[in-house]
Amino acid sequence: MKAAPFDYALAHDLDHALTFLDQYGMDAKLIAGGQSLVPMMAMRLARPEWLIDINRINALKRIELTSTHLTTGACVRQRDVEYNEPVTRALPLIKKALHWVGHQQTRNRGTVGGSLVYADPSAELPLTALLLDATLHLESHQEGARSLLASEFFMGPMFTAVSDTECLTHIDWPIWSGPRVASAFEETAIRKGDFAMASAAAQLQLDANGRVLRATFGVGGMDGTPRVFPQLAQQMVGLTATEIDLKAIAQEAVQECEPGNDMHCSSDYRRHLARVLLERVIDQTLQRALAQ
Amino acid sequence: MSSKQVLSNAKPFKYIGKHRRAVEHQRFVLGQGHFAADIQRPGMLHVALISSPYASAKILSIDAKAALDMPGVVDVLSGEELWANVDATLPGVDAPHVTRYPLAGTHARYAGEWVAAVVATSRALAEDAAEWVNIEYEVLPHVVDPEEALLPSAPLVHPKHGSNVIFHRHFVWGEVDQEMAACTHQLSYRVKWARNSTVPIETFAVACEWSDAQGVMDVWASIQMPKFPDQVAKALRLPGNAVRVHFDVDVGGSYGVKRGLKHTILVAYLAKKLGRPVRLVEDRLENMRGGDMQGPDRIFDVTLGFEPDGLVKCMKMRALDDIGAYSGRSPLQLGKPVGAIVGPYTIHSVAYDAMAVMTNKTPQEAVRGFGQAPTNYAIESGMDKVARFLQMDRIALRKRNLIAPDQFPYLIPSGTHYDSGDYAVVFDKALKEANIEELIAKRDRLREQGILAGIGFSTCLEPSGGNSSFEPLFNPKNDTTTWMDSCLVRVDLSGSVTALMGTSSSGQSHETLVSTVVAEVLDRDPEGIRVLKADSLNALPSNSPVGSRMAIMLGGAAAGAAKKIKQKLMRLAAHHLKVREEELVYEGGAIHVASDPSRALTWAALIEIMHRKYHLLPPGMEPGLQEKFVWEVPTGGGLPTAEGRIQMYPCHSFESHVILASIDPGTFKVHIHRYVCGHDCGVMISPDVVHGMTYGGIAHGLGAALMEKFAYSEDGQLLAGTFMDYLLPSAHEVPEITIVDHCTPSPLTEFGQKGSGEAGYLGSPAAMASAINDALSPLGAHIDHLPMTPQALWQACASQSQALDAKHALTI
Amino acid sequence: MINKQAIQLRVNGTLYEREVEPRTTLVDFLRDELALTGTHVGCEHGVCGACSVMLNDEPIRSCCAFAVQVNGASITTVEGLAPQRGVMSKLQDAFCETHALQCGYCTPGMLVACHDLLQHTPHPTKEEVREAISGNLCRCTGYQQIVDAVMLATAPEGETHVK
Repeated sequence: MKAAPFDYALAHDLDHALTFLDQYGMDAKLIAGGQSLVPMMAMRLARPEWLIDINRINALKRIELTSTHLTTGACVRQRDVEYNEPVTRALPLIKKALHWVGHQQTRNRGTVGGSLVYADPSAELPLTALLLDATLHLESHQEGARSLLASEFFMGPMFTAVSDTECLTHIDWPIWSGPRVASAFEETAIRKGDFAMASAAAQLQLDANGRVLRATFGVGGMDGTPRVFPQLAQQMVGLTATEIDLKAIAQEAVQECEPGNDMHCSSDYRRHLARVLLERVIDQTLQRALAQ
Repeated sequence: MSSKQVLSNAKPFKYIGKHRRAVEHQRFVLGQGHFAADIQRPGMLHVALISSPYASAKILSIDAKAALDMPGVVDVLSGEELWANVDATLPGVDAPHVTRYPLAGTHARYAGEWVAAVVATSRALAEDAAEWVNIEYEVLPHVVDPEEALLPSAPLVHPKHGSNVIFHRHFVWGEVDQEMAACTHQLSYRVKWARNSTVPIETFAVACEWSDAQGVMDVWASIQMPKFPDQVAKALRLPGNAVRVHFDVDVGGSYGVKRGLKHTILVAYLAKKLGRPVRLVEDRLENMRGGDMQGPDRIFDVTLGFEPDGLVKCMKMRALDDIGAYSGRSPLQLGKPVGAIVGPYTIHSVAYDAMAVMTNKTPQEAVRGFGQAPTNYAIESGMDKVARFLQMDRIALRKRNLIAPDQFPYLIPSGTHYDSGDYAVVFDKALKEANIEELIAKRDRLREQGILAGIGFSTCLEPSGGNSSFEPLFNPKNDTTTWMDSCLVRVDLSGSVTALMGTSSSGQSHETLVSTVVAEVLDRDPEGIRVLKADSLNALPSNSPVGSRMAIMLGGAAAGAAKKIKQKLMRLAAHHLKVREEELVYEGGAIHVASDPSRALTWAALIEIMHRKYHLLPPGMEPGLQEKFVWEVPTGGGLPTAEGRIQMYPCHSFESHVILASIDPGTFKVHIHRYVCGHDCGVMISPDVVHGMTYGGIAHGLGAALMEKFAYSEDGQLLAGTFMDYLLPSAHEVPEITIVDHCTPSPLTEFGQKGSGEAGYLGSPAAMASAINDALSPLGAHIDHLPMTPQALWQACASQSQALDAKHALTI
Repeated sequence: MINKQAIQLRVNGTLYEREVEPRTTLVDFLRDELALTGTHVGCEHGVCGACSVMLNDEPIRSCCAFAVQVNGASITTVEGLAPQRGVMSKLQDAFCETHALQCGYCTPGMLVACHDLLQHTPHPTKEEVREAISGNLCRCTGYQQIVDAVMLATAPEGETHVK
């Protein structure tokens, strides 16, 4: 399984990378960690003529934390987020998501941006981005800089709004400040580290009386992209834990999805799994928030 | 360490049975292994394969012109050319029209079958060129379901054979019909063993180099295959002494599957044709689809006849095995279980209907246990069902049926004598180690929490010794009865000891086995004993490590050769010291007169005389000190009776698994809480090695039970063609395992050893199924097929889903 | 024609300068170009871990990196784990003691993964060991004796059987 031949260029800065993209467009692919791309190339499922390496562009590697946002450059390694204590304290959900991403060896190379652009429907970081309403920043010479919400960014299985001449530069992850914010991330795969058959994540905040102030939850692997359910989440606002009908919420959410069939997982079983996981993460999140 | 060793009836050994570091380890931990893909020969060329995309197709044309023009490309080989120049390999059963060549000829019979081979100066260039070979196919009807393949309307995989059934025989041992009718109860069931395999981390790799000057084909291969050099020579139409297989190549795991004939014949032909060394290293895609290393794929229909007290008196078993599009060792894997067809039980009469059917799928090859693991799963499933039917404790049910220790050697209906065993004791040891009362209490506590939990048991035979009498059993035209192995031991002029063995190893630590045995017999330090693997031109005959035979056969041969050395030394000493041999004591390699220890010869002195002082040798004694030992498998040499009764393997190891597992009532993921394996393989020569293989075998078995399957689409496309879809258990999926040892020595071997390479795999799927079904039983659900994936378990409970919802919703 | 590129890699302490095709993976570079065949190929799609090496002190799958991508980096392979010639590391020694290998094919990757674990977690629990090797598949051992080896290597009164 040797990749088809290609030419390689190391971009020394963003402008350099964008120039290559202008020149080669569809014939070029950007590579950062390569944990998804290199195996695809080995199987000759991806065969770019040019590989543009952006993994050494420092401008794409920054991590910045404010009280409202975490900003990660696209080429920040997953492990650098995972082991960054201030970051994971401010945004626990991202660490919980990363716990399920591949294996340590893949997180040592894989990047945050890489996972988002690869956009596997069952991947953890895309679900997290959608859940948190992250903003993804793109840049190209032709269109300059533009920003998309996660909901605009993920368009289908392995398919995003990034154009052939664009590079994802950084992602802003909103932070929920205040007390009684809790989160949970669960997934089921046959082996830990495999692509999830289904996953679910939730984050919410309770007020001093234990009523939901804000909530967000979603599932992965249940459709062409991860799915969040803002209207259903909105229905939880103002309710206490005991007033929330977990079963009904999960049932309604899952009904909105159109999960696929594959050799490990029929759509019926996937639906069942997503319901179970969604109930569990919302419940866990409520319990954790109450405990604070 | 989490294993406990109790030897009963053991002789006091000095080296055998002790903890000892395997001598092989040093090179591997230093990264100095010598694997087939590590071999670099000057001018070496590389092969990439082109596979059929269709399950069944006529190959209309192959146009390699564009490929041949590409950089680095030296040749593109088609089936037409290859067929004209090599001989086909034939099945082990009598089916002369089911021939196999390394490349498809006029027809491709499975998706993934190799159709052409590109040879280039690098593997990458060969793959590039492969994309430019233009092959035209005419798609033909195909069949993938084994039961459909039996229908008269089914497309024929090998039309000349006239049927998709490549083998069928109905054995009747005893008055089965009468006994069945006389039984108070009968119970029938079906279980399915899904196609899985051992899938070593190293794929098959082979390098060949032909020397015009010497007329020899050198072969370095990742091989585990009896009579490999002979069969390669035969296919290439070369004399046997024109093929030199280098057995000192380290094999990165095989556990049965690396038979490599088709790969090697292909590469050797190219090497000879092109006059340059050629190497093929299967990539994982080639390996999974076209490496022909998938395992048994069986449907069992079983009827048991039993009494109200649980005694199972008779069994009818039909085993339908889907061997795929060609036959390797595959139909024979229905034959080996004949040698343990009743498991460890006193079942009195058996009807066994063995049928091997062909479909347009990847061919099946020998897998660890050679068919015994699926058979044990079928038998044990039945024992649990009988217990459930009678509302009887599954432990008591098994004990009611286990062969008793005073019944050995025990003759089973199909003609094999089990040499020795004490099954109830091993079972009890496992139960005790598992603390069964506490385990049951734990299971019940889990159930109270709304979690599905179950305890599983299996008590299974592990035949060993590799007497492959299933060959003449399944093919009367094959009257092979010789299953020998050999060893040569040599003491050089400096007094150091070297032993030669004649086959490759794939992790069984044979060098350690042989040096331990020779050390034991010669009473010399095992660390000083070097064990080499002779190449096939230098080697004494071997039948390779199959059927858990090497502890018995190679161990026996090493002991035999070492004993001859010792006898020769004694004869020399008697002559030199002018006493009778009975008056001498051999100790640590030195010999002295019992009544007068000052009259002695040191090891060094003995060796000196042997090598340099001819005038001091007894008349007629050969100078130097080297002895060979070649011997036949114990109890071997027989041919089957007309009813198909035969002594299959000589020695019978035994394993008993006890598992506590739970199933998440929401996700249906399985968690194993406790895993105990009671194991009896007679005297263990290298306990670390035996335990290691048992742990590994259990891991294989858990994979087969819970997650491994070569799944096919209706189009005959392999769906599980990469490691993303064929799921091998990682360190998270294999639990901590406790092994409890027992020893019933074999009366047939030098030290009482039995074989054990297949341990764990033979009993763990059965025990896992037992645990899962116990867990599902409160719901009235059950599962009778493998693998028991979360989805499969969910489906098994689907009709009970309403009852489940009430339990799982509050469970976090 | 695809241009070869010049790269520099420090492997097991030695600096190498070579020209490679961009599509040459790091594992193929190590094995074919530098004849360091201790690192093994198992799947070429990033699942089995047999190809694990240390890249700048962190374990990666060398089948998932093109050599050109890691130009300038420092690599440690299994051949570089022993402290000196004729002396095994405590971990290598423990592997031999507990029979943590059989065919030896996954072993280099396992050693790299365990070596990395011990750099961060000098006294891991069994669960931590299993987590650390969860990205390395083995078909021989069932992992048990590998876990035993790491526990032995890190036991407070562990002996050093250095030859």
